[in-house]
Amino acid sequence: MSMQISGLAFDPATHPRRSTRVAFGEALMELAERDLRIVALAADSARLCCTWDFNEKHPDRGFNIGIAEQNLIGMAAGMASCGLIPFACSYAPFLQSRAIEQIRNDCAYTKLPVKIMATAAGIQMGTAGSTHHATEDLAILRSIANMTVVVPADAHATYKLTFKVAEWPGPVWLRTGRDPEFVVYTDGRDFEIGKAVVLREGRDATIIACGNLVLHALLAADLLAQEGLRIGVIDMHTIKPLDREAVLKAARETGRIVTAEEHNVIGGLGGAVAEVLAQEQPTPMRMIGLNDIFASIGPTYDLMKKYGLTYEGVADTVRKFVRG
Amino acid sequence: MPPILNQDRPKESRAEMLARLESQASLIRQRIMTTLQAAGSGHVGGSMSCADIITALYFQVLRMDPSDPRWPDRDRFVLSKGHASAVLCPALAECGFFPRELLDTFNQLDSPFSMHPDMLKIPGADMSTGSLGHGLAIGLGMAMAARVQKRLFRAFVLMGDGELSEGSVWESAMAAAFFKVDNLIAIIDRNQFGSDCALSDLPSANALAEKWRAFGWSVREIDGHDMGQVVDALTEAPFETGRPSMIVANTVKGKGVPFAEARFDWHYHVVDQDVVDRSLAALRGAESAKEEQR
Repeated sequence: MSMQISGLAFDPATHPRRSTRVAFGEALMELAERDLRIVALAADSARLCCTWDFNEKHPDRGFNIGIAEQNLIGMAAGMASCGLIPFACSYAPFLQSRAIEQIRNDCAYTKLPVKIMATAAGIQMGTAGSTHHATEDLAILRSIANMTVVVPADAHATYKLTFKVAEWPGPVWLRTGRDPEFVVYTDGRDFEIGKAVVLREGRDATIIACGNLVLHALLAADLLAQEGLRIGVIDMHTIKPLDREAVLKAARETGRIVTAEEHNVIGGLGGAVAEVLAQEQPTPMRMIGLNDIFASIGPTYDLMKKYGLTYEGVADTVRKFVRG
Repeated sequence: MPPILNQDRPKESRAEMLARLESQASLIRQRIMTTLQAAGSGHVGGSMSCADIITALYFQVLRMDPSDPRWPDRDRFVLSKGHASAVLCPALAECGFFPRELLDTFNQLDSPFSMHPDMLKIPGADMSTGSLGHGLAIGLGMAMAARVQKRLFRAFVLMGDGELSEGSVWESAMAAAFFKVDNLIAIIDRNQFGSDCALSDLPSANALAEKWRAFGWSVREIDGHDMGQVVDALTEAPFETGRPSMIVANTVKGKGVPFAEARFDWHYHVVDQDVVDRSLAALRGAESAKEEQR
């Protein structure tokens, strides 16, 4: 179980933070020691993606190829076709669209094990503007056959899942953030790709969240517990393949599903969950995310709050949903 | 260990080699037409223009083992101009990667073979291609993989000249020179035509040798239908240590099929019995004339 956190006591100024991309870099460095097939590629993004030290330590296996995302993914595909396991690392906003044809044709169509570390995803670069936000990546990537899409909830989950991503067959989109993210997991647990983590059992509704929204889902559930509601929380760190059983079980047990993601409400986690429920177990839903807009400018946490992507907004949505 | 194709080839004189390759190229051109007849239509022009290059690669230059298509030390070949699948697939069949009868299914339901090659379905195909401007990055990745793995294989990439309008090509051009990847050998099938018209009527790359030199490549310009020049360039590459090599091969779109030569409207065309009869007659006629010369 996660640490005892509560929306009543949560203070964003003091809650411990750890960076997902730093955790990724540490895991990659460990992987490189034990597996000579691991290669790191960055597109003038090695410092951001925390592969700079990798490149220094393994100059024969770490490459910075310049600002050229299409070439980044194409090269990674060529390397993967020869038996290497390349991690191609850059900004999520540029990879999700500029390099998408290389991802689709060269990695997914071919089932090659290219691991795409997409950092600064969501609205984590709040003050950089929407050119630097990635709020469509989950929708785009999960619509491509053979792709796997992983969104860890915090640094620990990123660290653990990076090892799983490396050994997973085929291409993977691994979504990470930018500034150190709030810590969710302190219990050292492990994760399996495609297997959701049930953090709270519920009765009145279940929040299915990914990435940064997992923490806020937990905080919201704790807040609502004070009001007598029992809200389930699921960390759906793998958007594809989706853990359908976990979704259906939560729907059966709580009768209401709320999805929460740092992404456009169209086509991401909410869409994936809705596709399962609509076909197998029609269940009332609410979807929390950016409501089909480009986000405004601002410090990330302020933006998250503005768009109802912090625990207060999540709790509001769930409360209205349950109380009617 | 079974013989490695091209590496363990019996000794022959240069004249014998060229005669063998020229006659093989004629056969491959005939197979393009019969394959496309099975399909009903296809990319005639751009398959014919690179038939001599493909023949030189598959029957003289590339080191590979058709009994083990995934042999890790094989040379890699990326058909970046994926629409020339109709020349690649017959060449792979003639090398022995699969029975040539399978080509009769080209483009048909659940066939492994189509207008653009699929590496997961075609034994011997090293990469799936089709969308232009992808192959050079992939070939660069392969060439760098050889370096990482301390293997000696080379990566050959065949691009079309129209493809050079894709910006991604130049991303890879820059990176290949930066990383001094001299086991990367690219060839441009400079047939001067696109799908709509002559490339001179479109924004398109020209002064190719100068451009690639400016990007840091070692460049040789050849007649892409002179088998001696084609084989020499492919076997002598890398032209310089520490630089990727570029062969600009001047070619004729539709080469070998007189009524399809240097025409945009044969980029993609219906191929029926009449077309095949006339093509094969022209190809066989030219081949016998050549034999008499020899």
